[in-house]
Amino acid sequence: MLKIREYVKVKTLEEAYELNQKRSNRILGGMLWMKMSDAQIQTAIDLSGLGLDQIEENEEEFSIGCMVTLRQLEEHEGLAKWSSGIIRESVKDIVGVQFRNLATIGGSLFGRFGFSDVLTAFLALDTYVELFKGGLVTLKEFAERERDNDILVRVIVKKTPGRQVYLTHRNTKTDFPVLAVAIAAERDGARVVVGARPLRAMCVNVDDAWKEKLEHADCTPEELRELAGELAEQVPTGSNMRASAAYRKHLANVLIRRGLFELHDRFAADTGVDMDKGGQQNAD
Amino acid sequence: MQISIQLNGKKITEEIRPDLLLIDWVRQHGCYSVKCGCETSNCGLCTVFLDEKPVLSCSILAARADGRKVDTLEGLKEEAEEFGAFIADQGAEQCGFCNPGMIMNAIALFREIADPTDDEIKEYLAGNLCRCSGYEGQLRGIRAFIEYRKKGGAVCDK
Ligand SMILES: Cc1cc2nc3c(=O)[nH]c(=O)nc-3n(C[C@H](O)[C@H](O)[C@H](O)COP(=O)(O)OP(=O)(O)OC[C@H]3O[C@@H](n4cnc5c(N)ncnc54)[C@H](O)[C@@H]3O)c2cc1C
Ligand code: FES
Ligand code: FES
Repeated sequence: MLKIREYVKVKTLEEAYELNQKRSNRILGGMLWMKMSDAQIQTAIDLSGLGLDQIEENEEEFSIGCMVTLRQLEEHEGLAKWSSGIIRESVKDIVGVQFRNLATIGGSLFGRFGFSDVLTAFLALDTYVELFKGGLVTLKEFAERERDNDILVRVIVKKTPGRQVYLTHRNTKTDFPVLAVAIAAERDGARVVVGARPLRAMCVNVDDAWKEKLEHADCTPEELRELAGELAEQVPTGSNMRASAAYRKHLANVLIRRGLFELHDRFAADTGVDMDKGGQQNAD
Repeated sequence: MQISIQLNGKKITEEIRPDLLLIDWVRQHGCYSVKCGCETSNCGLCTVFLDEKPVLSCSILAARADGRKVDTLEGLKEEAEEFGAFIADQGAEQCGFCNPGMIMNAIALFREIADPTDDEIKEYLAGNLCRCSGYEGQLRGIRAFIEYRKKGGAVCDK
């Protein structure tokens, strides 16, 4: 069982950072993952008094405080609109509403969990994390780093025009995903993110010629199948109690293919969209 | 450390251990409807409202609830009894163990979505596990309650 000796509701991020440099101290997010361990924590560092529980939106980006819950992400209209609904889609099967009212985006991304729906979906978007000492880094770079004692303060999602899809396969409805796939075709490139491999989510770039064809809804079904096969080939998978590496490899092909078909259909449905013009194009 | 929580409308200030879970704290204050079914954040039996939002009391420290409002089934008696009768009518309770958590979260659902669809009901209650019923009885009870409420019969309109 988790043991905590002292509890400090910090007044500043500086205070939190200093406390967090001691190995036996720990930042509390929603505490849901941490509670599964039997860690002996000297000082639990509570960030909930710092106003980091808001999603702010301006012309260019969303700024999401680290204490924002998964439920807030799920319910945010602006985020849903700009992510083609993938943020909502990626969190809606995580346990239940009561759980999502507690789990935070900070804990979810800082943990860089292999099984994470949240990491997979945000990697598909144009996302940065703001670290207290480390400054602004792309989520992609952050996801590849090892853990340290910095603090994830905010998550920044740029309003980069594009279309995204999100798909998972779960053995039972609210269980961890067996595999999670997010695909984005954005102004600056197209990528496929595969999470719950069960290794950490990874990105595979789609080459520009394919991206063009996708955006112009100009692919035959055979071509989409071929592309899905090529992309799935680049994704190493592993085995755990939920599925074998071979099964995940097969699933990667299936989910990527379904995602590409869906994306292609969407581009076909909104002909006339000019991805270079900026502006709001994530119509659904 | 000292905390001060408004539990079911009554302010309680006291010293606690920093790692005391909210579930243990509310039970220490006589709220025995709140039970621990899994301890792994999966079953929903320990649901309480924290500032009106349903949360898992097994997975949050009492310290986090400092300065806030916590409600349990004991504090929502009238609403709970009225809705609970519809669940009982359908014979949906078998062992009944899941019922307090299910009722709490259903009340949260009714407060958030006035006229939920079946899909919305299923999605909202996905974190409440029941080992006995297969959920069909609960779903019928919820539908019947919503119909009754539409006809103006319920106390749990906010
Ligand atoms: C039973 C269960 C089922 C789950 N199912 C899924 C699932 O299906 N899909 C999915 O994607 N996820 C799932 N999760 C993970 C969950 O969604 C959260 O990602 C996880 O609980 C971490 O979020 P938290 O807020 O609880 O963080 P915590 O547990 O509080 O923290 C996690 C780690 O991050 C550190 N930390 C927290 N916040 C910060 C910060 N701001 N800066 C620096 N460090 C920080 C903490 O010190 C800790 O080491 C599940 C978790 C559980 C317990
Ligand atoms: S006891 Fe809290 S979710 Fe099961
Ligand atoms: S009635 Fe037995 S667990 Fe639900």
